[in-house]
Amino acid sequence: MPDKLPIRAGDDVVRVRQQVRARAVEIGFSLVDQTKIITAASELARNTLDYGGGGEATIDVLAVPKPGLRITFEDQGPGIPDVDTALKDGFTTGNGLGLGLGGARRLVNDFAITSKLGQGTQVIITRWK
Amino acid sequence: MASKSEKSRLSDIIGTHEADILAEWLRLLLASGGDTRISRGQLESQCREFLAALREATSAGNIADTMTPGFERLRTMLGDISRSRATQGFSPAETATFIFSLKEPLFARIRATHGKDGEAIADDTWTLSQLIDRLGLHTMDVYQRSREEVIARQHEEIAELSTPVVKLWDGILALPLIGTLDSARTQVVMENLLQSIVDHSAEIAIIDITGVPTVDTVVAQHLLKTVAAARLMGADCIVSGIRPQIAQTMVHLGVELTVVSKANLADAFAVALSRTGRFVAKSKAPTSTGTMTARRPATL
Amino acid sequence: MDRIPILKIGDALLVTIQVDMHDRLATALEEDLTSKIVAVGARGVLIDISALEIVDSFMGRTLANIASVSRMLDAETVVVGMRPAVAITLVELGLELPGVKTALNAERGMALIQHRTADESEQAEADDDA
Repeated sequence: MPDKLPIRAGDDVVRVRQQVRARAVEIGFSLVDQTKIITAASELARNTLDYGGGGEATIDVLAVPKPGLRITFEDQGPGIPDVDTALKDGFTTGNGLGLGLGGARRLVNDFAITSKLGQGTQVIITRWK
Repeated sequence: MASKSEKSRLSDIIGTHEADILAEWLRLLLASGGDTRISRGQLESQCREFLAALREATSAGNIADTMTPGFERLRTMLGDISRSRATQGFSPAETATFIFSLKEPLFARIRATHGKDGEAIADDTWTLSQLIDRLGLHTMDVYQRSREEVIARQHEEIAELSTPVVKLWDGILALPLIGTLDSARTQVVMENLLQSIVDHSAEIAIIDITGVPTVDTVVAQHLLKTVAAARLMGADCIVSGIRPQIAQTMVHLGVELTVVSKANLADAFAVALSRTGRFVAKSKAPTSTGTMTARRPATL
Repeated sequence: MDRIPILKIGDALLVTIQVDMHDRLATALEEDLTSKIVAVGARGVLIDISALEIVDSFMGRTLANIASVSRMLDAETVVVGMRPAVAITLVELGLELPGVKTALNAERGMALIQHRTADESEQAEADDDA
């Protein structure tokens, strides 16, 4: 069963991190891999909260073709006008360093983003063992 | 498809002539190359057990399908033999000979049993030939898998062996890298180094790449990332032994190593000593071998 | 709201972060440290993060901000005890924290801060002699 976690406040970001850590430990990720996926999840959960106006994170434990962790972040926020630009380091509409999206992408094996203006954004990240 | 009578017939033939078949099979195996890696006694017991398992399987199981439970014991036994041969360094041909050389004595018994009944000879020979071939394929499958396991294990061992982090002095580590660095190996090496920095409370780590023939962009990036990560942890890195060609290649690739680099390990070590408040001096009365003393400078 | 305790040791302030911090707590720490540096006239700030299992870009930015602000207030910030996995991840994230001084452990960090204050007092003595 996938874990579904709401992202409505700052505390929820912490909860997403803790849940991702618990799952990563279960799968037997190395310390470095654990740290990378938790950090990526933290970045994206914060994005969901700050730019998407809140949303939801879904954590799936994968077994095929090999053990892995997939996390989906969804919001019904304003969407991202230009995804390619948003993925560049240093790009930010908020007050961050602009490393959230691009940085998270470097920390995982697979990264997929779909965004519709006025409808919301979905980011799916996967890290394999 | 083999009929029921054929099954029991094969099993009967093996049962009746088990001792003869075993003797003939052993003779063939030994003739095909007496091997010192396996003793005669060991080989004989392997053959005997195998023949007994074959008799059992042909009497109970469906001969056309070696995946059925009736063949379980036979397959396991064959797998074990194949695996041990693979790790002992037998070639694929040598390993396969074990099962294939059983054909000759068995065919001879089939012919002797059926006399002039050509049809029965052909039927039994065909059934048995197919069976042995399938078992042969199974032997090769297991052999191949075992070899791959051996290779994978050696790969890991080499990766570990070739990345020793050595302590040069209190708080000074060196990582002498030898051989080609690929992305995966570099990552293991670098994680080892960072962990060693914590374990030894090392202030300075020297990464010596004298033994590295080429450095591509990816490896250079890994080096830079390691230096940056070490700094975040509170340790400094010095890269030493960059070959002239590597320096050139890296500049051409547009990679600049924005780190402290020294021509060789000795120079890097001298820098490391001086940064940690030490210096190397000759003792006043040099012995025949020469003595090196490192001590803290008087003023500091 | 929870607050991270700040200890004063000699000229320096010591902060040990032991919990998985949410963003508000990090921001509060930045504010508290800034006012405390001025209040006690601290010359150094030591932040021990050896218990932290992750440092994301927000936390990284907070550390960088604390270092910059404290420098303006004439106090040196040293971050100590970052774990290897955290360091690797931060670098991969693109956050190398160039303005932040680091040390392996609290002892070394404290030595760095004291070294700086000692240097300055020597300098002051030399100036007096001149």
